[in-house]
Amino acid sequence: MSILVYVEQAAGKIKKTSLEAVSYGYALAAKTGEGAVIAVALGSLAADELAAIGEAGAAKVLHISDERLNAGVIQAHASAVAQAFESIGASTLILAKSSLGDAVAARLAIKLNAGLVSNVVELPRIEGGFVVKRSIYTGKAFADTTITTAKKILAIKKNAVDQKLDGAKAQVESFSVAIPESDFASKISATERATGEVLLPEADIVVSGGRGMKGPENWGMIEDLAKTLGAATGCSKPVSDIGWRPHHEHVGQTGVKVAPTLYIAIGISGAIQHLAGVNSSKCIVVINKDPEAPFFKAADYGIVGDAFEIVPQLTAALKAAQ
Amino acid sequence: MKILVCITHVPDTTSKIQFTANNTKFDSTGVQFIIGPYDDYAMARAVELRDQTGGTLTALNVGEAESDPTLRKALAIGADDAIRVNSFPKDSFFVAQQIAHFAKAGGYELILMGRESIDFNGGMVHGMVGELLGMPSFSPVMKLELEGTTVKMAREIEGGKEHLEAQLPLIAGCQEPIAEWKIPNMRGIMSARTKPLVVVEPVIQETQAEASSYQLPPAKGSVKLVDKDQVSELVRLLKNEAKVL
Repeated sequence: MSILVYVEQAAGKIKKTSLEAVSYGYALAAKTGEGAVIAVALGSLAADELAAIGEAGAAKVLHISDERLNAGVIQAHASAVAQAFESIGASTLILAKSSLGDAVAARLAIKLNAGLVSNVVELPRIEGGFVVKRSIYTGKAFADTTITTAKKILAIKKNAVDQKLDGAKAQVESFSVAIPESDFASKISATERATGEVLLPEADIVVSGGRGMKGPENWGMIEDLAKTLGAATGCSKPVSDIGWRPHHEHVGQTGVKVAPTLYIAIGISGAIQHLAGVNSSKCIVVINKDPEAPFFKAADYGIVGDAFEIVPQLTAALKAAQ
Repeated sequence: MKILVCITHVPDTTSKIQFTANNTKFDSTGVQFIIGPYDDYAMARAVELRDQTGGTLTALNVGEAESDPTLRKALAIGADDAIRVNSFPKDSFFVAQQIAHFAKAGGYELILMGRESIDFNGGMVHGMVGELLGMPSFSPVMKLELEGTTVKMAREIEGGKEHLEAQLPLIAGCQEPIAEWKIPNMRGIMSARTKPLVVVEPVIQETQAEASSYQLPPAKGSVKLVDKDQVSELVRLLKNEAKVL
């Protein structure tokens, strides 16, 4: 029995959240004594990208280099990963929760007859049953979930474990699969992706702005702060609803749920629906001129004052401290 | 065309989450239940597509009798009839099996639901139903247009979106801005009372991953306020105290 990790790429780069999933698999194998972790990577990937998977904890990487898999063709990815899972006789599949990962995992659960748990926040307990802790009610609670099937799939939330980086080398093996033509029947005609930016769901630091920013023309200072921190930018729902920022930056109950190490909220009052998207953050900083803003109750640190004065000062202070 | 919309019956987004029975059961005292917000988007788009194609629209929920008012609301918004599979929705696998069975029996060509429920947030049911029925499944879908049997969609991905084209039948997990939420009008509310709501028993009992106990996150300590003229102090705290920089 062994652990297989499904690794995702975006435009030829392995996703950071997928590397965390590899490290989660490594930690799980150490706990269960299941031995080496094997990763499966799909599509065209350069040697250094494949090597990164080894550094994160995989002993072996099965590389399915079919370039039709560069894009996230859901059914084709599910068929490919299922074949890898069965060929190595794996017991558990680990993957990072994501737009593509969720869609693929759900189909795999049926294909493999494997019990699936999503939003996993830590390693399972394995004494007297396989019990997984998952985040529920949009981060407002946790549930202990018992998987009763022999095969298991865990879709893990960001920051469930620390990413391992120890320079270990994986054995890369090219792996071929037979994917039915019908899996490619749905066509991806175009992909729009923000380039050269840190992606919001994967970011360790997020800087978000709300209506207190008064208009899209004032986002320069949010971007400067984010750039200084190597952070992704986010926004509140009203801001994306008015069209000041694109929808994929909307953080909250019906938008992106983030779990960064540091979340900085600027000019956001902190409606419960916004808090639902950020309550898994390790540390929250709130900057708001209204001392009664509900966000301060959910924050670790706060500054009451005018964002237009404080944000540039904060950027300058961070630059000075670097 | 026959359209099926699957909806969840979930606590309002502003609900205070608490548990009872030694942390093994959700405490619904004083909690208002709603159609899941993502399901509401699916519902709104389904009504528009039903009107566009002149087909029928069925709303389905896997839940106990307390879900009936939520299904009546779906009927008031515009569903033609409703099905309730009479069981607590035990896990994603269990719910997907019921949906797949009744969707197949009813011959639905387009199955919409929310991208995820807001109670368990699994986001897995649409993909499972897709695999069970051998149909393609897409989520999270933010745009869905129908041209004959071709479905043109936009699916949100990290940092952007993907434009897709697929053929019916298919399944989509929906999110904003696929359509504007529809508020039931008086005529809708009146007609919902007489539209059929059929209660059926679950066809499969098996589960694979049921929740056994619940916990709340540890209480948050109070905020540490930094003076607005001491911004560099915040940097020091983030570095040395919180250790997040």
